[in-house]
Amino acid sequence: MSDNAVLHLNNIRMRFGSFQALKGVSLSIRRGEVFGLLGQNGSGKSTLIKVLAGFHQPEEGSEVILWGQTMPLPLDQMDIKKRGVAFVHQHLGLIASLTVVENMRVTALGTRSPWFVNWRREARRVAEQFAAFGLSIDPFATIAQLSPVERAFVAIVRAFEDLKASDAGHGGEGILVLDEPTPFLPAEDVKRLFGLVRSIVTTGASVVIVTHDIDEVRDITDRVAVLRDGELVDILDTRTTERQAILDTIVGSRIDAFAKARGGEVSPAAVTVQGVVAGGASPFDLAIGEGETLGVTGLIGSGFASLPYALFGAARAAGRMVLGEQSVDLGRLTPAAAQALGIALLPGDRLGAAGIGSLSITDNITLPVLPDHRGLLGLDRPGMVRKAGHLSDLHDVRPRRPELPLGSLSGGNQQKVLLAKWLQTKPRLLLLDEPTQGVDFGARQQIFAALDRAARDGTAILCASTDNEQLEQICDRILVFSRGRPVAELRGAEITRKAITEACFYSESQTAEAAE
Amino acid sequence: MTTLEMSAKPAVPVRTPRVNLKQEGERFALVGAWLLLIVTFGILMPDSFLSWRNFSTMFGSQAVLVVLTLGIIIPLTSGDFDLSGASTLTMSSMLIGVLNARDGWGLAPTLIIALASGLVIGAVNAFFVLYFRIHSLIVTLGVGTFVNGLILWISKSQTISGVSMSLVEWVIINRLFGIPLAFFYALLLAAVIWYVLEYTIAGRRLLFVGRGREVSRLNGINVDRVRAVSFIVSGLIAALAGVFYAGMTGSADPLSGLNLLLPAFAAAFLGATTISPGRFNAFGAVISVYFLVTGITGLTMLGADAYVQNLFYGGALVIAVALSQLVRNRQPQEFS
Repeated sequence: MSDNAVLHLNNIRMRFGSFQALKGVSLSIRRGEVFGLLGQNGSGKSTLIKVLAGFHQPEEGSEVILWGQTMPLPLDQMDIKKRGVAFVHQHLGLIASLTVVENMRVTALGTRSPWFVNWRREARRVAEQFAAFGLSIDPFATIAQLSPVERAFVAIVRAFEDLKASDAGHGGEGILVLDEPTPFLPAEDVKRLFGLVRSIVTTGASVVIVTHDIDEVRDITDRVAVLRDGELVDILDTRTTERQAILDTIVGSRIDAFAKARGGEVSPAAVTVQGVVAGGASPFDLAIGEGETLGVTGLIGSGFASLPYALFGAARAAGRMVLGEQSVDLGRLTPAAAQALGIALLPGDRLGAAGIGSLSITDNITLPVLPDHRGLLGLDRPGMVRKAGHLSDLHDVRPRRPELPLGSLSGGNQQKVLLAKWLQTKPRLLLLDEPTQGVDFGARQQIFAALDRAARDGTAILCASTDNEQLEQICDRILVFSRGRPVAELRGAEITRKAITEACFYSESQTAEAAE
Repeated sequence: MTTLEMSAKPAVPVRTPRVNLKQEGERFALVGAWLLLIVTFGILMPDSFLSWRNFSTMFGSQAVLVVLTLGIIIPLTSGDFDLSGASTLTMSSMLIGVLNARDGWGLAPTLIIALASGLVIGAVNAFFVLYFRIHSLIVTLGVGTFVNGLILWISKSQTISGVSMSLVEWVIINRLFGIPLAFFYALLLAAVIWYVLEYTIAGRRLLFVGRGREVSRLNGINVDRVRAVSFIVSGLIAALAGVFYAGMTGSADPLSGLNLLLPAFAAAFLGATTISPGRFNAFGAVISVYFLVTGITGLTMLGADAYVQNLFYGGALVIAVALSQLVRNRQPQEFS
């Protein structure tokens, strides 16, 4: 323990159900340093930050020491803010339709009169705060009018002002936590953002920055903690560590439990897409073979995530898709038309986009096949319940009670229901978005097995995911995206978790260089 | 799969859902409360209250409210409020007054125009809500008030009497088991709506759209079309309620029908706590209307003042929503 440490996290353990998200992480932050937190998706970075922010209650034995004082757990969000820890989360927490000054003042801790707000004076003060960091942002502009990097500036300056207003702020201290602030910013703006971070550190505050990006870590941080599978692997001094060494620390080497039997033969293309543009960038082509499972991945913000929605007509896109003899314009495709073509989409947001938690398993599972249940006297309700029961057996949904609301099941069982819903339609093309997010180990294997059976029956599968373990287990081929288009392809034996991670990080830095 | 094999699960027999006493109690609590109310008033006023005459009058005269309530539960199921229902009802009855009683049109063309007015109002609601993406509360409140203005204009703020006797006969004078036919029309409509909501694909879609717009969209449901149809059907049924209202009173007055808005919402929400708790449902709505009306009739007969109506309907709306929240374990409501 170094003497000038402002924050100690000792043996932080966090469990979600049977899943151990943090397995005793200990680290400390020094005064006036930029500390990086690096790791793959699911390594526990976000969980650790959420424990610090007071969103999660860690297990017994975990200890948080702030300014030398042991804090009661779970941390109280207001208390931690008063003591000088401020957060900028990825979505920034700004309201787009309100002005900069209104957004800046919504969390201010000062002792202004509750009866009257002098907006001109507040605006002047906000403008001064920006000027102190060499920024010129109109306080009366709405957030929606600002560029993405300016929005990030507003959120960061706001958090910094919270620090100054806090108890610790009087001594110029404080801890600013930035949770993945950069994925949506172009390289130029990342540099400007880091300039702001550096000038904040010179005031004596400490900055913790959570990121995926090794180059950013090397650029801005003094030290970096690397997490893997909920454990702290190492704390590296960024100035003396090589890029490759950091990458090796992130990926590690692990024993692989499962492998898909990958056939070498190339099947005929079931789906080809030409000139697709999904969420910006330049057009590209792709093809998926009959019975092939194609993974699309990349760093967050690299544009792969919108592809399943674009091919289902659920997100704005352009290009042509050819399925068998039919050819459709992606710009005009609707979800209903896509469904009629034999395309199915399983969105990642289980209860927000895929199924309805307050309706029963039967209601949810029979939605796409209602016409099959029409009898002489309208819908055959007992038949629908039987069908739901049969599918529940097939996919081992527990408990096996089709009348229960979908929301009462565990995440894994919800996902089995939602997958069963689409697999019963025997789709030609199945689009998946993070199919096993928040799903426990056993259910994951069952979902993979079900996907494998569908692929053997000829369904072409496209799976968008940042879960490299999952991609390694189920994919025949993987396209790695960067800046809105595929830049690398892995197939067959090349597909390993390590190779996927490396491709993600390398392709990102290569395209950045190419852009420069 | 190399290391983990899918073990063949023995087929578990379908467990028949047992009758859950708590659930059944919840379903029929309102029916029980209604019977309790009848018994209480019956003991207090055995001669006047417990007469078949009293009940048949109640059943017949409140059929209008039942029909209006059935109209608004359709957009409520798809997640929209239709506050213009009572205005549509009044407009429809006023058109009958103006065209049939004042201008001497035949009954058939008059009824067609009256029902068409409901279609038009529903379509206007749907257009503003869906094209401009405005919350349905605001649009239907505005459209309803606009229609109220039209009603006063075309009626010159006068009550118009002398509606065709054949309409009056077919609504209130002709009786079955001593109850005016209007009651049976309302029951028939309730049965149709119950069937549509429970046993047709359209009904399933309506329910999914109400519970999750994004889920419905990603499941290939044309969300805008479903919502538009629900507004139009709601307008049509409210206009039908207006036809019954004109037949019930034999006249059309520009204001009294507007008072039915709050009772209809109270009944719709109270109805969502019974029969199929947690869902707006047709027979729940019917029972709620008669529960509320029984309470008011009984209190009025005991000599309570007219303000009892407001106390009862207003209180019932808030208590009904509070009860339905308890059914849902107090999750925040999403009426988007």
